[in-house]
Amino acid sequence: MTSVSMTVNGKPASGEVEPRTLLVDFLREHLRLTGTHVGCDTSQCGACVVHVDGTAVKSCTTLALQCEGADVLTIEGLAQGDQLHPMQEAFREHHALQCGFCTPGMIMSAIDIINRHGGVPDETTIRHELEGNLCRCTGYHNIVKAVIAGGEAMAPGRAAAE
Amino acid sequence: MYDFNYHRPSSLDEAVTLLGQGEDVKVLAGGHTLLPTMKQRLAAPSDVVDLSRIAALKGIEATEGAVRIGAATSHADVAASGEVRNRIPALAALAARIGDPHVRNRGTLGGSIANNDPNADYPAACLALGATIVTTKREIAADDFFVDMFETALDEDEIVTRVDFPVPRRAGYAKFPNPASRYALVGVFVAEGGDGIRAAVTGAGPCVFRVPEMEAALGHDFSPAALEGIKVDAGGLNADIHASADYRAHLVGVMARRAVEAALEGR
Ligand SMILES: Cc1cc2nc3c(=O)[nH]c(=O)nc-3n(C[C@H](O)[C@H](O)[C@H](O)COP(=O)(O)OP(=O)(O)OC[C@H]3O[C@@H](n4cnc5c(N)ncnc54)[C@H](O)[C@@H]3O)c2cc1C
Ligand code: FES
Ligand code: FES
Repeated sequence: MTSVSMTVNGKPASGEVEPRTLLVDFLREHLRLTGTHVGCDTSQCGACVVHVDGTAVKSCTTLALQCEGADVLTIEGLAQGDQLHPMQEAFREHHALQCGFCTPGMIMSAIDIINRHGGVPDETTIRHELEGNLCRCTGYHNIVKAVIAGGEAMAPGRAAAE
Repeated sequence: MYDFNYHRPSSLDEAVTLLGQGEDVKVLAGGHTLLPTMKQRLAAPSDVVDLSRIAALKGIEATEGAVRIGAATSHADVAASGEVRNRIPALAALAARIGDPHVRNRGTLGGSIANNDPNADYPAACLALGATIVTTKREIAADDFFVDMFETALDEDEIVTRVDFPVPRRAGYAKFPNPASRYALVGVFVAEGGDGIRAAVTGAGPCVFRVPEMEAALGHDFSPAALEGIKVDAGGLNADIHASADYRAHLVGVMARRAVEAALEGR
């Protein structure tokens, strides 16, 4: 066992892990943050996406030990008390989820898209940017609508500079 | 995944020393090939040496006539780099289309070429641009680096430190992505540089390869039309559930013409 410490959702978090412990297992099993999901074993579905030092990563394909000292943000870190994050609110408003399994990863990816583009990119770009997130229920249309609306709410009036 | 000993060296020397100790030591860069392979128990190293804290392996530097990219530079950083976009736009465009955004945030140039997946994108760029692979031991020309399927000229205890890409006069890349993984079903990188024209094909065969007939035709007339009628032999090409060898051979022609179009448009 090896000790690991990082910041998760603004709070210090540490634990004793086996080197093979994946970041997603550290979050779910050790910290009981079960909002981050595991949808596949092949690094393809994106249900496990969290932010590590500000970039979106698949936590199922990252060792907890690779995140020593890192700043990790999960779906649980978005809402301020009862106030949902604008992207969460947009997913609710636009019916961008059915079973909800892909939703945590979708929302973390959506926020990353808006952050990286400095605003809301065009619809084609959003669809390409969501290539790493699979949804088996919605057919994606409402997800794309929610990303646009949530992005506008995050940064009002800012179309991406592209 | 079987357990292993984890090491996090902060210098290249330390990493090389660690590679010499233990029975099956593997370096870990972005982990986006190694970790899925370990999950499937296709790899079970005794020791894993994490390269992510070695500053010397990261970064992009422009020199006279070349762009040098550190082995641990992520695909996202290559795609976003002003130097790469200005001087070798085809390389930035290639990096921007690897996998998906999360894969690009973690996956690295060094990991990609050391793995030499027959469907990976970077090997085509290295071979067509005539890149030099710099390691902890020596410099290896791309022509000698990619040996066979998942096999390179690297020794067990050798680490890729950077890749030097000569700036071409023009270059273009086109791939037919596998719709599920986005790896290249077939990808062709065409470049016109100091030593003439080189066309490198990934995805189609067991290992990246050049097509001399296409290079000669493009040397005569650098246009998509110059490639009409040039056929690549399907014998020895890969065949799987995604595409037959014949279809791959056909795609080589289509992707080569698109790569030339991209080169002419400078994208
Ligand atoms: C869902 C998904 C989609 C993908 N799509 C594509 C795609 O479209 N195109 C594409 O080209 N790739 C694709 N990839 C692969 C991705 O680009 C990998 O990240 C890359 O091939 C390996 O880089 P890495 O840094 O993750 O290496 P790692 O997984 O860390 O290492 C891979 C191998 O290289 C060795 N290694 C790593 N760095 C070095 C070094 N500096 N010197 C010597 N040996 C080293 C390791 O020991 C290991 O054997 C995809 C991967 C996933 C999970
Ligand atoms: S669980 Fe599917 S990509 Fe991570
Ligand atoms: S809502 Fe069910 S997988 Fe996306």
